[in-house]
Amino acid sequence: MNVVDNKWIGQRTIRPDGVDKVTGRAAFAADTTMPGMIWGKVLRSPHPHARIKSINTAKAEALPGVKAVVTSRDVVDFSIEKGAVMLGIQDMRWMCRNVMARDKALFPGHPVAAVAATTEAIAAEACKLIEVDYEVLPWAIEIDDALRDNAPILHEWHKVDGKPSNVMSRLEVKKGDIAQGFKDAEIVIERSFTTRPVHQGYIEPHACLISVAADGNTTIWSSSQGQFMVRAMTSMLTGIPQSDIRAIPAEIGGGFGGKTIVYLEPLATLLARKSGRPVKMVMTREEVMRATGPTSGSKSTVKIGAKKDGTIVAAHGAFYLQAGAFPGSPIRGAVGCSFAPYDIPHVLSEGFDVCSNRSKVAAYRAPGAPIGAYAVECVLDELAERLKMDPLELRLKNAAKQGTKAAHGPVFPRIGYIETLEAAKSHPHYAAPLGKLQGRGVASGFWFNAGGESSAQVNITEDGNVVVTTGHPDIGGSRAGIANICAELLGIDYNRISVIIGDTQTVGFSNLTGGSRVLFASAMVVTQAADKVIATLRERAAKIWEIDPEAVKWENGAAHPVSPNAGEFKPLTLADLAEKAPSQGGPIGASVQLNTQGAEGGFGTHICDVEVDAELGIVRVIRYTAVQDVGRAVHPSYVEGQLQGGVAQGIGWALNEEYIYNRDGKVDNPGFLDYRMPVCSDLPMLDTVLVEVPNPKHPQGIKGVGEVPLVPVMAAVANAVHNALGRRFYSLPMSPPKVSAELDTPAELAAE
Amino acid sequence: MAKLHVSTSVNGEPMEFLCEPYETMLDALRGQLGLTGSKEGCSSGDCGACSITLDGRLVCSCLMLAAEAEGHEIRTIEGMAKGGQLHPLQQKFLEHAALQCGICTSGMLVASEALLAKNSNPTEEEVRFWLAGNLCRCTGYDKIVRAVMETAAEMREARP
Amino acid sequence: MAGGTDLLVQMRSGLVRPGLIVDIKKIGEMTEIAETADGGFRIGAAVSGMALLEHPRFGKVWPGVLEAVNLIGSKQVQGRASAGGNLCNGSPAGDSVPAMIAAGAVVTVQGPNGRRELKVEDVPAGPGRTNLKPGEILVSFALPPRAAGSSDAYLRMIPRTEMDIAVVGLGVSLTLKDGVCTAARIGLGAVAPIALLVEPAAKALIGSKLDEAALEAAAAACRAACRPIDDKRGTIAYRTKTAGVLLKRTAAIAARRAGGH
Repeated sequence: MNVVDNKWIGQRTIRPDGVDKVTGRAAFAADTTMPGMIWGKVLRSPHPHARIKSINTAKAEALPGVKAVVTSRDVVDFSIEKGAVMLGIQDMRWMCRNVMARDKALFPGHPVAAVAATTEAIAAEACKLIEVDYEVLPWAIEIDDALRDNAPILHEWHKVDGKPSNVMSRLEVKKGDIAQGFKDAEIVIERSFTTRPVHQGYIEPHACLISVAADGNTTIWSSSQGQFMVRAMTSMLTGIPQSDIRAIPAEIGGGFGGKTIVYLEPLATLLARKSGRPVKMVMTREEVMRATGPTSGSKSTVKIGAKKDGTIVAAHGAFYLQAGAFPGSPIRGAVGCSFAPYDIPHVLSEGFDVCSNRSKVAAYRAPGAPIGAYAVECVLDELAERLKMDPLELRLKNAAKQGTKAAHGPVFPRIGYIETLEAAKSHPHYAAPLGKLQGRGVASGFWFNAGGESSAQVNITEDGNVVVTTGHPDIGGSRAGIANICAELLGIDYNRISVIIGDTQTVGFSNLTGGSRVLFASAMVVTQAADKVIATLRERAAKIWEIDPEAVKWENGAAHPVSPNAGEFKPLTLADLAEKAPSQGGPIGASVQLNTQGAEGGFGTHICDVEVDAELGIVRVIRYTAVQDVGRAVHPSYVEGQLQGGVAQGIGWALNEEYIYNRDGKVDNPGFLDYRMPVCSDLPMLDTVLVEVPNPKHPQGIKGVGEVPLVPVMAAVANAVHNALGRRFYSLPMSPPKVSAELDTPAELAAE
Repeated sequence: MAKLHVSTSVNGEPMEFLCEPYETMLDALRGQLGLTGSKEGCSSGDCGACSITLDGRLVCSCLMLAAEAEGHEIRTIEGMAKGGQLHPLQQKFLEHAALQCGICTSGMLVASEALLAKNSNPTEEEVRFWLAGNLCRCTGYDKIVRAVMETAAEMREARP
Repeated sequence: MAGGTDLLVQMRSGLVRPGLIVDIKKIGEMTEIAETADGGFRIGAAVSGMALLEHPRFGKVWPGVLEAVNLIGSKQVQGRASAGGNLCNGSPAGDSVPAMIAAGAVVTVQGPNGRRELKVEDVPAGPGRTNLKPGEILVSFALPPRAAGSSDAYLRMIPRTEMDIAVVGLGVSLTLKDGVCTAARIGLGAVAPIALLVEPAAKALIGSKLDEAALEAAAAACRAACRPIDDKRGTIAYRTKTAGVLLKRTAAIAARRAGGH
């Protein structure tokens, strides 16, 4: 890791929002209150699939304490016939139906009405008084059931080859000619894999507090990954102009993609408008698990052809992803990322978006990519085994590098994939001895990363310190990274910089916190804003010294003459110039808004050791090392944190997390007791290796880091289990009953 | 039904509040008492974000009726720092970056403090099993465990 | 209500709507841990797991019962949850029950008609139900004095390392004299509508030196006693197999603690 020449970039500073978070002072959405506040609750469909024939809210409205009731009549309609209305990657036709069912309830938990009342208890009571006439319909949840002939169809208007279908779209990327490729192959392996839906698992349920004044001026506090997204979606779904909506990002208690859309905000806004009172809505854990988007369950088939020397010549992936109630599963990630680490001449990667009667999926950390990588990286492991090659050597032999044309289109610039493989290979973990019933697996992964719009303001306070206002909610420590960068650029002590996150009325448009883009994008605009500020400071010093601004340099927090030739002047510090600002043309500050470009994808290579209790089928991860090319680790601790967090989520996905449905099509495990995320005692220390191959297109060399860490994990764990037991698992999770059943099956009969 | 009147002590200060019989201590802390540092993650005792101590014993405030606070001593995250002085655990969490989103942090700190009060020299395994009731989705627990163990070591050294 | 760690969750989910909740934690008898003159223990029904852990002697005499009670939930839950609540909640998977059964605990129950005693294995009636009559409450558990060379153990199978409901829970209490098992009791949980006392398994161990054949016979008896269901926590096949595996492991721990092999 490079900390040479850097006073602040690369340092493990204390994050600016840290003290509030360790003392319980930080304000999350559910912590906020407003005078006159009332409570909102949602009535949800008990049925997986039903036509809503009528809703009668009269009794609810009459209950004392009830101040407002809303139904889909109150939500702006985006009619299906008029075609897609996109907000980022979300189609508002689905968003408006997702926040409240219109003609059909499409999953158990689908909102059908909402009530605001003076207490939560009264609001809940009122919900029970709403009479909904449902015509219950047959339902299908699993991909296979949704694809069957005569499967219940969620969206009757959608036809494929003239027949109603639950396959809402298909995506493909192609390179070369796979028919030829497989002909050239000397060894071909084809395997099918399934994964269950898993939830992002943020510990903070969705929450918001919204006030709508009589003139429509709306204030929103909410837990979200994007206050501009909240403003835009709420505006589109309620009809209130964006300029009248102030969306304030509260501190957010985890998102991982699941909070890149809205659930409660439009409903609370409508309730607040109708009642004239601020409305607070907080989901219960059960509502989160039943009614918010997890990621897709999947069925994938991957076929890889190679020469006997390990050169991969052809690859075909078909990825069926469960979208839930409305179209929009992350097939793009599965299709585009799964083969990206490899230079393969012939590739066909196809994705199928399948609707079924469960909640609509939402983004989950590198959406689609972990699903695809699980399949591809397991097949590669099998290929390596067959060829008697070291699995990292196989990957090195086929590794994408600068100049490789990826199947999903771009030609890779300078990337760090090979570096991650080499770092993994030479890591002591890779050579450490293994004991009985222990095994080691490796896997790699890729994620696109993103740039996108960002705005920032850098303002100098009258007493010579700095306030930086950025536009993205901080979910991983980005404020600390920004403060490091700003301190470095301005040459002042880190503690003199305050970084705050603006709301929609106080900072320029900034796109979502997601896509591994926050530090990449905000650093770019903060850098440009800081550069402008420095230019101003140099001009002001030049004026005082009566020399040319070209003859002034900014160094170590002060203006200096460039050389003794320019003159002998005492340096002017930031405080000096701030003090003089009023008489020198006014406040010193700059604002920059950009659609940032130059984001490059990231690569990771992971090593996982497991130990299996073969009698009970319990797999435990006993050692883990995640290597990733991170561009530049502006704040190493928070970069490590991203790797460790993604690894922990992947281990849960691999071993124990899954949605379990009962025979009525309802989620049987809608809580943390039976939705089994890793607890502290489940995991070992999680080692990380940050390979820094700076992104040449970014002023600090930054690359997105947040999503890659989840991509290789399930395959790494599955490959480790194979190494320990000699059995491959083609479905997740590898929970004890499944592992035990597999081990009880004689090897010849075991699933192949 | 009339509300219950409860007199209790929170972070060393006498406090009173009214509550419904069915309200939890977490409801009372976050509502009537305005102490929102304890968080609600699940309301079923599975995540530990609401952790407090009751007469020195670590408990989930979501699993305790508010009325049960009568006559007892409650301590929450808000009582951990003394005036402006952070508890060594709080300081270590910051130094180790043992938090990302921060929603689990209050509970983690209260639970960790309760551990160190009972066991000043915990092994890594003991720390992990003690904190098993505090879910974190962001960090993978690594830096949290390191922060707790390093705090324990420093507190042992600091003792006269 | 003792610890309330099940009750509050059930209230929250709407499963129960109590009209009246009586907090019994101020009743001395229900929160005390007493050592009887003959060397036995009397544990109040509302004693929390943590309080039991803090007792200087209990864990030395009954390490299995102690570890069972302290596997319920998290450390936070153990600060409140009690063996009495765990028993009366009637979950077939309650962790303390198999260990109490293995220990041969006898419960004292108080009702409008006075007091009576029940063997702990006679308390559960089915999922969520007990054999307590209306108006009765559980007062205390009596654990018998231990013969020399006795100890106990409790193991459960859960998918994670903590925080799960037992997929199978098994308690073994035994006495060894010169390497021979002279007494044994086995309690098995989460494999039937109620926790079970598995007498055939005990018979297989008594008189043996806990050799492989005896352990296998006891394991087979445990498997035979299972009447489990397929649910979100485990399958019938898996639970049945696991019961046998746990018998061997738990018996080995109890034996080691009892001073044998």
